Amino acid sequence: MSVVVENLSKSFITKNDKINTLDNINVEFHKGEFVCILGPSGCGKSTLLNIIAGLEKETAGRVICNGKEVKGAGPDRVVMFQESALFPWLKVIDNVEFGMKLAGIPKDERREKAIKYLKMVHLTRFQDSYIHELSGGMRQRVALARALTLDSEILLMDEPFAALDSQTKNLLQLELQQIWLETRKNIIFVTHNVEEAVLLADRVIVMSANPGTIKKEFHIQLARPRQPENIDLAYLAADIMKELKEEVEKVAKAEFDTDWTSKKDPILSDSDSNMGTGI
Amino acid sequence: MDWLRLWKPYIFPSPIAVFTTLWSLILDGTMSIAVLASAKRIFLGYILSIIIGIVVGLAIVRFKYLDENVSPLILGLQTLPSICWLPFSILWFGLNESAIIFVITIGSTFAVSIAIESGMKNINPLFVRAAKTMGAKGFSLYWNVIIPASLPSIISGLKQGWSFAWRALMAGEMISATKGLGQVLMVGRDLADISQVMAIMIVIVVLGVAVDKLIFGKVEINIRQKWGLDKA
Ligand SMILES: Nc1ncnc2c1ncn2[C@@H]1O[C@H](COP(=O)(O)OP(=O)(O)O)[C@@H](O)[C@H]1O
Ligand SMILES: [Mg+2]
Repeated sequence: MSVVVENLSKSFITKNDKINTLDNINVEFHKGEFVCILGPSGCGKSTLLNIIAGLEKETAGRVICNGKEVKGAGPDRVVMFQESALFPWLKVIDNVEFGMKLAGIPKDERREKAIKYLKMVHLTRFQDSYIHELSGGMRQRVALARALTLDSEILLMDEPFAALDSQTKNLLQLELQQIWLETRKNIIFVTHNVEEAVLLADRVIVMSANPGTIKKEFHIQLARPRQPENIDLAYLAADIMKELKEEVEKVAKAEFDTDWTSKKDPILSDSDSNMGTGI
Repeated sequence: MDWLRLWKPYIFPSPIAVFTTLWSLILDGTMSIAVLASAKRIFLGYILSIIIGIVVGLAIVRFKYLDENVSPLILGLQTLPSICWLPFSILWFGLNESAIIFVITIGSTFAVSIAIESGMKNINPLFVRAAKTMGAKGFSLYWNVIIPASLPSIISGLKQGWSFAWRALMAGEMISATKGLGQVLMVGRDLADISQVMAIMIVIVVLGVAVDKLIFGKVEINIRQKWGLDKA
């Protein structure tokens, strides 16, 4: 048992009103488990992840990480974002070493480790490049290597592949499974894409919107590494999609004009099974 | 061809006269003494303004109270040409080096502190979030992330500060110095030697541009290349 979320609520006060983004969330994440949090855009996935990361403050409830209540961000819960958040003033290798440098690890040791993880993401050739010289997929690989160097048991990922083209995305999903098999971290992975969730997760937690709560959990016990073509995954994805249809419509109704229905605007037949527009 | 007579040598000097004067100023050592005196002043004044500007800028970023109460004042003071401080400066320091150095410093300090402040406030918040999850906080967050992330705007602030300092120096020297480029220019005026005035003006432009391009230009290009800011 590594992360426990207890009675967690979060509301945002804006100029006009108060938005209850998360409402009484209770969930546990276990050591070495790969969990996907799945829900329509705007349901509060990022907010939940940020609170677990300690980047945002909860309104009520608490998050307990390895027995201690989370009070702020820290290297035991590294986050990988949708944008790589790499530092443009540092070379690739120095970006990868960044967290280790903060931790006071000696130069030789951290260089060795940085190379090891750059190898894992197949980018040693680019260690002396600057960030703007890399493609989007390469940047996410570097960000992944940077996150791995800190040896945290928990890795938080907020739609890290959402901005990539589908070939690059597939490749990175396969590699992430491989890396997870090697490192056995507790990965908490946020996505709005059903296929991505069933492909990667041991357990998919489906969230509902307005206010954000946990709707249902699905356990997925298929052999790894899984391929996107796997037919069992397609069945599972269809199952989960049914569960979600209602939620997607709820968000859409709240966001679009009142005359909107799913028949006029077949959002669910989106070829990528993205629920709502990817934000 | 009556209009040709409009051109009188004491209104606008001939290029030959200017270069002859320039050459003789260099030969008799006037130029090197003047440049040295000016360089010493601007070096002191500018360094001082960078130190004060950084301290003030950081303090504003760090403390909300200062931000709310001091920032508007600084923005206002920045619009004041620094030569306006000369009377005060002479009252406080007397007719000496310190008075000119004060005018230079105050000319550039505000530009530097405003650049530090806005540079640090406008960095990509994602950098800070990512760094926090990797264990950065307090001083290490500033040193490893916030300062490098705001470096491009800090450098342009330093560059702007330099040009303000350079103008303040010339104005100060023209009014109250016993040596320096500005003073030699004024001597030219007093002797009605317009080619000496022109020669010094050329030197002022050349030195100003040289520092701008050779020092700030190099640093800026270097940073822009690293960050990939020139990829249009
Ligand atoms: N900083 C904020 N201020 C006000 N409201 C916010 C803020 N962040 C998030 N929200 C609200 O919370 C909702 C969920 O946001 P988010 O967690 O980013 O959703 P998701 O990641 O699932 O797409 C948004 O629709 C918005 O209404
Ligand atoms: Mg999100």
